[in-house]
Amino acid sequence: MSHDTTPRPDDAGYLIRGASLLGGAPTDLLVRGGVIAALGPEAGRDAGTDAVTIEADGLVALPGMVDLHTHLREPGREDAETVETGSRAAALGGFTAIHAMANSSPVADTAGVVEQVYRLGLASGWVEVRPVGAVTVGLGGERLAELGAMAESRAGVRVFSDDGICVHDPVLMRRALEYVKAFDGVIAQHAQEPRLTEGAQMNEGDVSAVLGLTGWPAVAEESIIARDVLLAQHVGSRLHVCHVSTAGSVEIIRWAKARGIDVTAEVTPHHLLLTDELVRSYDPVYKVNPPLRTSDDVHALRAALADGTIDVVGTDHAPHPSEHKECEWAQAAMGMTGLETALSVVQHAMVETGLLDWEGFARVTSATPARIGRLAHQGRPLAVGEPANLILVDPAARWTVDPSTMATKGRNSPFRGLELPGRVRATFFGGHPTVLDGSLATPRPTPHSAPHGEQTGAQGGLQGGLQGGLQGGEAPAWNI
Amino acid sequence: MKHLLSTQDLSARSALRLLDTAEEMAAVGEREIKKLPALRGRTVVNLFFEDSTRTRISFEAAAKRLSADVINFAAKGSSVSKGESLKDTAQTLEAMSADAVVIRHPASGAPARLAASGWIDAAVVNAGDGTHEHPTQALLDAFTLRRHWARIAGTPSAGTTLAGMKVLIVGDVLHSRVARSNVWLLTTLGAEVLLAGPPTLLPVGVGSWPCRVFYNLDDALAERPDAVMMLRLQAERMNAAFFPSTREYSRRWGFDDGRLALLDTMGLDDTVIMHPGPMNRGLEISSAAADSPRSTVLAQVRNGVSVRMAALYLLLSGDPQDDDAADGRADQDDPPATTPEGRTP
Amino acid sequence: MTVPASESGIHKRVVLAEADIDRALTRIAHEILEANKGSRDLVLLGIPRRGFPLAQRLAQKIAAVDPTVDPDLITGQLDVTMYRDDLRRHPTRSPLATQLPPSGIDDKVVVLVDDVLYSGRTIRAGLDALADLGRPRAVRLAVLVDRGHRELPIRADHVGKNLPTSSQERVRVHLAEIDLIGGSPVDEVVIEDRA
Repeated sequence: MSHDTTPRPDDAGYLIRGASLLGGAPTDLLVRGGVIAALGPEAGRDAGTDAVTIEADGLVALPGMVDLHTHLREPGREDAETVETGSRAAALGGFTAIHAMANSSPVADTAGVVEQVYRLGLASGWVEVRPVGAVTVGLGGERLAELGAMAESRAGVRVFSDDGICVHDPVLMRRALEYVKAFDGVIAQHAQEPRLTEGAQMNEGDVSAVLGLTGWPAVAEESIIARDVLLAQHVGSRLHVCHVSTAGSVEIIRWAKARGIDVTAEVTPHHLLLTDELVRSYDPVYKVNPPLRTSDDVHALRAALADGTIDVVGTDHAPHPSEHKECEWAQAAMGMTGLETALSVVQHAMVETGLLDWEGFARVTSATPARIGRLAHQGRPLAVGEPANLILVDPAARWTVDPSTMATKGRNSPFRGLELPGRVRATFFGGHPTVLDGSLATPRPTPHSAPHGEQTGAQGGLQGGLQGGLQGGEAPAWNI
Repeated sequence: MKHLLSTQDLSARSALRLLDTAEEMAAVGEREIKKLPALRGRTVVNLFFEDSTRTRISFEAAAKRLSADVINFAAKGSSVSKGESLKDTAQTLEAMSADAVVIRHPASGAPARLAASGWIDAAVVNAGDGTHEHPTQALLDAFTLRRHWARIAGTPSAGTTLAGMKVLIVGDVLHSRVARSNVWLLTTLGAEVLLAGPPTLLPVGVGSWPCRVFYNLDDALAERPDAVMMLRLQAERMNAAFFPSTREYSRRWGFDDGRLALLDTMGLDDTVIMHPGPMNRGLEISSAAADSPRSTVLAQVRNGVSVRMAALYLLLSGDPQDDDAADGRADQDDPPATTPEGRTP
Repeated sequence: MTVPASESGIHKRVVLAEADIDRALTRIAHEILEANKGSRDLVLLGIPRRGFPLAQRLAQKIAAVDPTVDPDLITGQLDVTMYRDDLRRHPTRSPLATQLPPSGIDDKVVVLVDDVLYSGRTIRAGLDALADLGRPRAVRLAVLVDRGHRELPIRADHVGKNLPTSSQERVRVHLAEIDLIGGSPVDEVVIEDRA
């Protein structure tokens, strides 16, 4: 299928004119053959006459965003989202790689399920879809899933998480942290002490007291993080903390990093912007786990993301069918969509407040999440010879969020009706434009080196081979 | 006023209007013919997702005295228990042309959800939602307190507030919708509210409420309250480690015979004891206290009908497009507007 | 379109001054006594708000004629709010108090008292309200102003002044017990005309 003789624009290349690299001076870029072929004046010289020219005046060029935390719902809840719809949303949102959380049905706790998700991602071709493996069988919190088999599978899983449920058994958590060292994996913990959060509906505080909704106290998150960083230190493992939501968690992580503990932390766009005051409406579109917190927490999270205490932004994109939100608060599902709003929310909360520049934005949305997920070919600098995973952003654009027009199946965006800055004008995924003029273009064709989907899934093996000592040598599918 | 969802968003003006209207409704209750035609042809649905015979019959009596048609929809045993959503239930009621939905629901915020969702045009009355609010209970409590003070002073209660009154609410504030509604309403009406209960049954965040909080009931009683409102202790709290035993709870937080005698000793002759019912006699309140002349328990039940009539009347009688700012015009007799009835403008 | 003559666009014209009102009430009081052949079993029920002070004034004038009458014991207030047929057409009205004299209304001659008789719908509501309160021997109607435009078969027994009006006009009664204009109590009937 990929050996036809029709000339393809990807081969001729794309000449991007006048883009501001990470917010710097306007520069020309030549994207050709899956990589950034030339930069600056050379780009125009090297571009052939058949290269597609993209005028990028006023646009910022950034590395494609990498999401460590996406719920794609497939297999099992294709009514909520599929790999296809979720990865379309991701491309539109400026992502070139996403990590599909394990809480599908069946749970992604075997090599078979993660390979299925991985193959669906390859077939879609909008972004790189990296499955996250479950830590425990069926997210049951009792027995370790076959972490090694998932790591060695074609999906090359490196991130393991029971997200949605906390690995609260300290012995099991310890074993998981230790075990994944064998293949350079990381445990991404959903920090939530289960007994302290039984029936929890929202942040416990002034607002929950008034609304009569069962509280989700900050200490339930902080106590698990405190335990986990000490466990990670004790066994010398790396730990990733999902969706940090409280000022207290920030303090603990700051302390752990100062002690040299190998911990990374993530914050969602919604926790950088929204507070529990919104729950006063009882509109379940604001119901999420961990819950929206106070404005003090929001400010602490922003400061932590700016100073590096929190390493990355993860969307926790969690689409739900409308019937799971059009109901009473207590009955409603937790979660918000986020792929198509992440860039704008982070620009609004971090860039326009002066807390991050575009370079910092690239660090927290691309370079660092790629490093945590061990995606060597994502989150790379915008330099000659690097894989062409990059986006063009119009930072001056303003738009009003309308969930009904989104590519995700989920309509549960808490930003609905909000005017936000910044729009993704183009997304290049492995040198192919998946988004042009702010609209979906075409998915990336199956790479040349992999005529059959069955044989495309080796980059995880490569990463494992480089860094974890497992088998390697095959060319990664997306890293031409 | 389009809905009655909580007392927190009730202005002093609206609250007084409800109470004053309830006074007129109470007067009707003393007549031989206890019925008014005001809501003739209107349909009130009692949508109860939780058993509460007392509250339901109170609303039912209120609606019937105003000549409304009443449909009782007990969600237990209906299609709701077979998984029908609140949305579908609401739309069913809408299709049946309900003008008001009186909803009792175990989930906090369900009435607010119903009112704001656009699933239904009817007026929504919160008849108790989860651990959030129970506004008509607070209104009937305020009504009872206001009448109590008016009786002592020998003045009419209409138009008066609760300024200067000190009300002590005792017990499981954390899970009490009655407590929440009373805290907001009584303070809006000028009363000072004291809370007393075990720290485990006071919500985190209570510090931001306009109340003083006591962990010791006797310390709170020493503040010489004008009313002591005992909250019901729900059975499901009794074995959830909120307190060591019901005996200890009763000793420390129950209104027992000793505390009843204490009111006499302190010379608090006019202090009343309130309870929203149903009572756990011997647990949060002793029989002697419940049956004493200080007890307002039966007056509260009686006043419930008047207050609920007032709420239904004020929600349903006017032009749905109105805002309650326009009430001043209401005394213009005969055709008060520019267009007399039956004529085209 | 024409520019309104005054800033508010409303012309005012006084049709009954304080003395006119007093004279009209005196006459009505005499008529009531005459029609009833004395003060026996008389009850005057004013329809709030302005019907009530008018009923009080009439009772005083009756007492002036018949000293055996205690004006407070024959006067009451009848709120008709809950009996109106136009509740849904207007902003919500708060009900006002109904107060009957201690003797009640059973077998009494009840005189309903109101300020302005217009469509007749208020009086219709008043008759319904009365029926729920008791069974008077007879019901009569006294109004200060009858401005016409009846929509129901209702007629006043005692009228202070017949006032032909157009439906564009508005009749306002101001009574010293209730109305302050510029800080001082005022007795007058005015016609307002939307110019």
